[in-house]
Amino acid sequence: MTPAFSLARTVFGRLTLTLEDGTVHEGVTPVRAFPLSAPDDYIALVSFAGRELVAIEQLSELPSAMRMLIIEELAPREFMPRIASIDKVSTFATPSIWQVSTDRGPCELVLKAEEDIRRLDRTRLLISDSHGLHFLIEDYTALDQRSKRVLERFL
Amino acid sequence: MIDKLHAAPMNLLPPAWRPQVSALLRAGETLRACLETDLTADLRYARGVLLLTTDRILHLTAEAPVREWPLGPTLTLRQTDHAGVGLIELLHAETRKGLVRFTLAHALTATHWVAEFARLRADCDSVAETPETCPECHSPFDPTTGSCVACARDLASPPSTRTLFRLWRFARPYRLQLLLGFFLTLSATFATLIPPYLTMPLMDKVLIPFQNGTPIDRSAVILYLGGLFCAALVGWALGWGRTYVLALVSERIGADLRTTAFNHLLGLSLEYFGGKRTGDLVSRLGSESDRICVFLSLHALDFVTDVLVITMTAVILFTINPWLALATLLPLPFIGWMIHLVRDRLRTGFDRLMRVWSEITNVLADTIPGIRVVKAFAQEERESKRFLAANQYNLALNDRLNRLWGVFSPTVTLLTEVGLLVVWAFGIHLIAKREITVGVLTAFLAYIGRFYARLDTMSRIVAHTQKAAAATKRIFDVLDHVSSVPEPRHPVTLASVSGRIALREVGFRYGSRHVLRNINLDIAPGEMIGLVGQSGSGKSTLVNLLCRFYDVAEGEILLEGVDIRNLGLTAFRKHIGLVLQEPFLFFGTVADNIAYGKPGATRAEIIAAARAAHAHDFILRLPLGYDSLVGERGQGLSGGERQRISIARALLINPPILILDEATSSVDTETEKEIQRALENLVRGRTTIAVAHRLSTLRKADRLVVLDRGQIAEIGTHDSLLAANGLYARLYAAQTRQHAEDGSTGAEHA
Repeated sequence: MTPAFSLARTVFGRLTLTLEDGTVHEGVTPVRAFPLSAPDDYIALVSFAGRELVAIEQLSELPSAMRMLIIEELAPREFMPRIASIDKVSTFATPSIWQVSTDRGPCELVLKAEEDIRRLDRTRLLISDSHGLHFLIEDYTALDQRSKRVLERFL
Repeated sequence: MIDKLHAAPMNLLPPAWRPQVSALLRAGETLRACLETDLTADLRYARGVLLLTTDRILHLTAEAPVREWPLGPTLTLRQTDHAGVGLIELLHAETRKGLVRFTLAHALTATHWVAEFARLRADCDSVAETPETCPECHSPFDPTTGSCVACARDLASPPSTRTLFRLWRFARPYRLQLLLGFFLTLSATFATLIPPYLTMPLMDKVLIPFQNGTPIDRSAVILYLGGLFCAALVGWALGWGRTYVLALVSERIGADLRTTAFNHLLGLSLEYFGGKRTGDLVSRLGSESDRICVFLSLHALDFVTDVLVITMTAVILFTINPWLALATLLPLPFIGWMIHLVRDRLRTGFDRLMRVWSEITNVLADTIPGIRVVKAFAQEERESKRFLAANQYNLALNDRLNRLWGVFSPTVTLLTEVGLLVVWAFGIHLIAKREITVGVLTAFLAYIGRFYARLDTMSRIVAHTQKAAAATKRIFDVLDHVSSVPEPRHPVTLASVSGRIALREVGFRYGSRHVLRNINLDIAPGEMIGLVGQSGSGKSTLVNLLCRFYDVAEGEILLEGVDIRNLGLTAFRKHIGLVLQEPFLFFGTVADNIAYGKPGATRAEIIAAARAAHAHDFILRLPLGYDSLVGERGQGLSGGERQRISIARALLINPPILILDEATSSVDTETEKEIQRALENLVRGRTTIAVAHRLSTLRKADRLVVLDRGQIAEIGTHDSLLAANGLYARLYAAQTRQHAEDGSTGAEHA
C-alpha cells in the first residue's frame, strides 16, 4: 500500500512531511497513541505546533523506508530501560533508591511512592522514577528470586 | 362493576370512620374519594376525613361538627402546600367557602382526591385507580418509589443478636464446608478432653501405689503417656483443620457480603447517596464487614468450641462423680445472670461506638478530597480539631464501655477462682470420707481448669457478638434499603430510540419543598433545548429527572411514548450521554476513561471519539498518549482537558439523547470555545438538553425553555424571547451588561 504522503529527512536531520495536496511540513514528530498497549498501531505525525497531520493505523502498512525513518525518529523519544534485575534498594519504605540493572546498563532510580509502580497486565510492570523516566519490567515473575522478593515488598 | 364502585372507596376509608360515614350517606349517594386529614383549619392536630361523594363534599373531624358543601357547578378546588402543610381550598365564585389542612404525609392521597373531583366534574363515571397502600401501615404510598415513608425502618433501635442469623443467607452456599468445620470442631474438642481423663489412672494406678511402696509399672506409664501424646497430636491436627476450613468459609462469606452490599449500593438512587456520607458508607462496607468476618472465623468458632467443651466436660464430670460435678457447676448460673445484665448495655454502646467510628471516617472522607479548599482557607487547624473531637468522643465512649467491661471480666475470674476453691474443699472432704480417690480429684481439677478458662472466654464473646451484631445490622440497613428508583418488574424494551421526549405535568419535591411543578414539554428528535433560569429555578433537578436519578413525584416523563419508569434502568441510561459540570475521571488510563461507557470499544473508536471531542491532539502530547494514567480527580489535566475527555466519553456511546449540565461553566472563555466546538460535533443529530448559566453558549439551541421557581415561564427561540421582552430578555440584558463591564475592565488590565 502506498500512503498518501511522503516522508524524508532533511540535511538538518529533521523529518519533512509532504502531504497529498503538496503542502510541506518540516519538523514533524511521530507519536505513538498507545505506546504501552499497542505500540505499533495508531502512530500520529504531529506538526511542530502540536496538531495531528497524518494518522498511521499500522506501522507495518508503510513502505519500509518510511517505516525506518519513523522508527529512527521514535527511538530517542522512547527511552524506556527494561529492568533485568533489582540489585539493591535503600529502604523498603518510599521514597527509596533502587540500584537496578537494565538493558541499557546499570543505573539508579528513585521510587517516590508505591503508586508509581503500575501494573500494565498480569506480568508487565511500569515504574516511573522521580524524574518521570519510565522503566519497564517485562515479566516480573521471570525475575531472579532476590529481585522478586524485593519487588513484592512494594507491590 | 357497580359493586366495585361502592366497595373500592369504602375500603379506602379508615375502619374507624366507616360506621359514621355510612350513616351520613344518603340513598343513591356514593363515595368517590376520601382523604384523611390530620390538622384543623387553625393548625392544631386533629384526625378527620374529607369525603367526596357524588353529591357533596363532607369534612368529618373528631371535634367539630360535620361540615358539608354541595357540589354546585361553580364550586372549584385549589390545592397548595407550604412548608410541609397542605391546603385544599373550596372556592365558590371567588369566595372561599372552606379550607382543609393536612400534613404532607397525605399529600399523595390529596392529589388523587383533587383529581377525582376533576373527574367527577368531567362527568366521568369510572373511579380512578385507587392509590396503592402500604401493606404494613395502610397509608397510601407512591407505587413508583416502592417504599413507604410512613413506616420507614426505625434506624435507632439497638441491634439484636438475632440479626446475626440473617447472615445465614450468605452462609447457605457454604453449608457443606460449615458442616465439615463443625464435625472437625466436635472431634477436636473431644480429643482435647482425653488427657485429663488419662491422668486419673496415672495417679491412682501408678503414682499412689508407688508412694505406698509398689514399684512403678513401666509399661502402664508408657501406655498412659503415649495416650496423652497421641491425644495431643490428634487434637492439634484436628484443630488445625477446623481453623483452616472455617476461616476459609468465613472469609468467603465476608467477601460475598461486601460484594452484595456494594452491588446493592450501586443500584440505589442518588437520593440515598445525597442523604448519606461517604465515610459512613465506606466504613460500613469496609471495616464493618471485616469485623463480621473476624467474628465468624474466630469468635463464633470459639464460642461453639466453648459450648462443646463445657457440655462435654459437664457430662464427663457427672459420670465420674455427680456430687463433685454439682459443686463445680455452682458458679455457672451467676455468670449467666451477669452476662445477661451486661449485654444490654454493651450492645447499645457498641452500636454507638460504630457510629462514632463512621464519624471519624467522615472527617477523613471530607477533608482529603477537599484538601485544596482546606489549605487555601488555612483551615488545617479546624479540620484537625474536628478530627480530634470525633476521636475524643470515640475515646469517651470507649472508656465508658471499658469501665463496664473492666468490672465484668475480673468478676467472672473471681467467680471461677471461688469455684475452684469449692471443688478443692469438697474434694478433700470426699477423699477424707473415702468416697473418691486422689486421681479423681486431680482429673476434676484438670477438667475444671479447662472448664473455667472456657467460661471466661465465653463471657468475653459477649462483646464480640454485640460488635458483630451491630455491624451486621448496619450492613443490612444498606441491603434492606429499597431503591427509590426501582427497576420495573416487566421492563419495556424500546426497539429504536429516536430521542422523542415528552414531559407531562411533571412535578418534584425535595422533602416538603416543591422544586418543580406542572412542567409540560415536547421535545422532537434531534432538537436542541436550552434550559435557562436563575440558580434554584429547577434546571438541574429537571436534568436529574430526565436521567432518572430521581423519579418524578407527579406526572410522567415519556421516551418514545413510554413512561421511563417502565424501561429497564440500564437500558434507559444507555440512551443518554451526560456531560457534567465537574467531569469525573476514574483512576485508569485516558483510553479506559474514554471507553468507560463502552468497555469493549476498539482503539479506532476511542481515537475517533477523542478527535471529535478535540481531545486527540492534547492526548498525543501526554508522555504516554492514550496509555497515560489519570488520577482520581484527573490530576495533571486541566479543567478543559478533563471536560473534553468526558465529552469523548459521551460521544463514544453514541447516545440518541444528550444532556449537558453546565458543561462549560467551569472553564475560561478560550477553553469554552474549544469545548463548544467539541460539543457541536456531539450535538449533531441528537436530542440535546443543555443547561447553561452563560446564555451565550445556548445561542445554537432550537428552543430555549426559561424556568422560574420550578415552572416554565417562557419557551421560544433566542430572538423571539428577546422580542417578547420577558424574563429571558431581562436575564440576557443583565449578562451582556456584565460581559461588557468585564470586557472593559479586562481591556484596562491588558
